[in-house]
Amino acid sequence: MENKLKYYLQIADNALILSHRLSEYCSRAPFLEEDLANTNVALDLIGLAESVYEEYAKIENKGNCGDDIAYRRKETEFYNVTLVEQPNHDFAHIMVRQFFTDAFHYNFFFELCKSKDHFLAALAKKSIKEVTYHLRRSSEWMIRLGKGTEEASQRTQKAIDHLWKYTPEFFIENCTDIEMNQNGMGVDLQIVQANWKQKISEIFYMSQFNIPSTDFLIKGGKEGLHSENLGYILCEMQFLPNKYPDAKW
Amino acid sequence: MKTEALSKEELLLAFEEKINSEQKIEPLDWMPDEYRNHLIRQISQHAHSEVIGMQPEGNWITRAPSLRSKKILLAKIQDEGGHGLYLYSAAETLGVSRDQYIQWLHEGKAKYASVFNYPALNWADMGAIGWLVDGAAITNQVSLQRTSYGPYSRAMVRICKEESFHQRQGYEIMWKMMEGTKDQQQMAQDALNRWWWPALMMFGPHDGDSPHTSNAMKWKIKRETNDILREKFINKTIPQAELIGLKVPDTQIELLSDGSYKHSDINWDEFWQVVNGNGPCNAQRLAHHIQVHNEGAWVRESANLSGNLE
Amino acid sequence: MNNKDTQGELWEVFIQSKPGQSFKHAGAIHAFDREMAIENARDTYTRRGEGSGLWVVKSKDIVAVTPNEEGYFFDPSNDKVYRHPTFYEMPEGVKNM
Repeated sequence: MENKLKYYLQIADNALILSHRLSEYCSRAPFLEEDLANTNVALDLIGLAESVYEEYAKIENKGNCGDDIAYRRKETEFYNVTLVEQPNHDFAHIMVRQFFTDAFHYNFFFELCKSKDHFLAALAKKSIKEVTYHLRRSSEWMIRLGKGTEEASQRTQKAIDHLWKYTPEFFIENCTDIEMNQNGMGVDLQIVQANWKQKISEIFYMSQFNIPSTDFLIKGGKEGLHSENLGYILCEMQFLPNKYPDAKW
Repeated sequence: MKTEALSKEELLLAFEEKINSEQKIEPLDWMPDEYRNHLIRQISQHAHSEVIGMQPEGNWITRAPSLRSKKILLAKIQDEGGHGLYLYSAAETLGVSRDQYIQWLHEGKAKYASVFNYPALNWADMGAIGWLVDGAAITNQVSLQRTSYGPYSRAMVRICKEESFHQRQGYEIMWKMMEGTKDQQQMAQDALNRWWWPALMMFGPHDGDSPHTSNAMKWKIKRETNDILREKFINKTIPQAELIGLKVPDTQIELLSDGSYKHSDINWDEFWQVVNGNGPCNAQRLAHHIQVHNEGAWVRESANLSGNLE
Repeated sequence: MNNKDTQGELWEVFIQSKPGQSFKHAGAIHAFDREMAIENARDTYTRRGEGSGLWVVKSKDIVAVTPNEEGYFFDPSNDKVYRHPTFYEMPEGVKNM
C-alpha cells in the first residue's frame, strides 16, 4: 500500500509543481494568445494533481482532504522529478521543459491506461486526451523555434543542453516503480523511455536540434531530495495554510 | 460605387438614421472620423484594461490557499486575457493593428482602467476584485452590449456571458472569509475598505465633467451615463455587503425611501492623480507589460520568420 | 516600429457548436502559422466547450461585400420569393412539408 500511495504522489507532484511554474508565467507570455494557451496547460495539470490528491486522501483515510496533501507536506515529502521545478528562465527553457515533460506524460499515461488499479487507469484515460494536446503544442513550438531565427535556435539549444541532465530521472526505477510495475498497477518505465526517446529524436530531427552527448544526470526528486527551487515554490504555495492553519478558504 | 455619389452631409445623415433606428454600424460602413476615433480610444482602453487587469490577480495565483481557488483564479485571469483578445480584435476592425495599440499603451498615449493601479495586498483582495471590480465592470458592460458598433457589441455579448461567474466567485471568497476566523474577517473588511472607492471611480467622472460623454451618447456608443451606472452599482452592492457582515467604508451611507442609497462623493483629487499616472502601481503595471513585451520580442520575431516559410 | 516584431497575422475564427450545424463567425485571433492559428482559436473561443468543429482563415483572405454595395448585390434576390418556402400555398392539414 505504501508504494501505491507514493506512486500516486510521484504522478501528482510532477503535475502540481509544473503547474506552479506555469502559473508564475501567467501574464508574461510573448503574446496574448500564448498566455491563454499556457494557462490552459496549467489548469489541466492542477486538475490532474487535485484528483490524485483527493484519491490519496481517501485511501490514506486519516481525515485529510486533497488540499491537505498538497498544502501540508514538507519539501522532502514531495516526489516530483527535479526537472519540473526548474525556473522559467526564458520562453525557450519553459518550452523545452514542457516538451520533455509532455512527451513523458504522453507515453507514461499511454501505458498507465492498462493499469489494474481502477483509479489510475481512469486517470490515465482522462489525462491522455489533455496531454496529447499539450504534446502537440510543445512539439510544434520546438519545430517552430528550430526553423526560426538564429537567436531562437541558439536559445532553445542552450535550454536543451541545460535541461537534458534532468530528463533521465523520469525513467530511473525506484522500488516504488518496480513494485507497481510488477503488480500490474504501474508501468514499465523502460518502454516509456524508449518511446520518449523516439519522440524526442523525431522532433529534434525536424527542428534540427542536437541531443546532448553528456551522460551526467541529476536525480533525487523522486526520493524527496530536490533542488533549492522547491523550497521557494512550497514557501510561496503553502503560505496561507501555514500562516493561518485553522482557516478554511 | 454609390459612396462617391453621396456628399458628406448625406452620408452623415444616413449614418445617424441607422443609429437612431438601432441598426449596428459595421467595419466597412461609412462613419464620421469622430465616431471612429472615439471607438479606437474606448475599445482599446477597454482591451488594455482587461490585459493589465491580469496583473493584480496574477500576483496571488501562486499563493492561492486551495487547489480549487487556484483553478478558479487562473481560469478567471485567463478569461480576462481572452476578453482582452476579443476587444483587440474588435478594435482592429477600425483599421489599427494590435502592434499599434500596444505601442500607444507603452508610450502612455492609451489608458487603461485606473482601478488596476491599486495593489492586491491580501487573499481577500481576490474576493474584492471579483465582487467589486468585476461587478462594476459588468454593470457597464451589460449596457455596452447594445453599443452601436457591431464588432464591439458582439464582443461585449460574448464577454458578458463569460463574466457572469467572475463576480460570483469574488463574492464567494468574501463570504467564506466572513464565515471564517477573525484574521479572515479582518482581511475581508480591509480589502473592501481599499477597493470600494476605486471600484466607484471605475464609472468615470460625473456626467458634467466627462469630456467624451455627449457624442458617445448621441451615437449610442455609450448607452447609459457614468452617474446612472454608478448609482445602479451602489444600490445593488451595499445590501450584498451587509448580508455577509461587511461594512462599506462610507459614514454617509443612508437608505432612502425609494430603495436607493445616499452616499458621500468620490475623492476626485485622488481619481485624477491615479488617472494621470501617480497611483500606487501605475509605473509597476506598465513596466511589467513593457518588460514582458520586450522579453517576448525574439519569440515573435522567430515565429514570424518560421510562419513566413509556410 | 520594428517590422520583424509583429503580433502575427490576424485570422478569423468560425465555430460549429454541434455536429451538423453550420459554422458561425466567433471572432478573431492572432497567430504566426496554421497550426498555431487553430490552437489559439481553440484556446480562445472554445474554453467552455462551445465547439465541435473549428475553422480558421486569414482575415486578409476573406472577400467581403461592402455595405455600400449591398444594394445591388443583395436586392435582386428580394423579388425572387419563389426561393422561400412560404411562397407556396399548401392545403390545410398537410404535415412534415
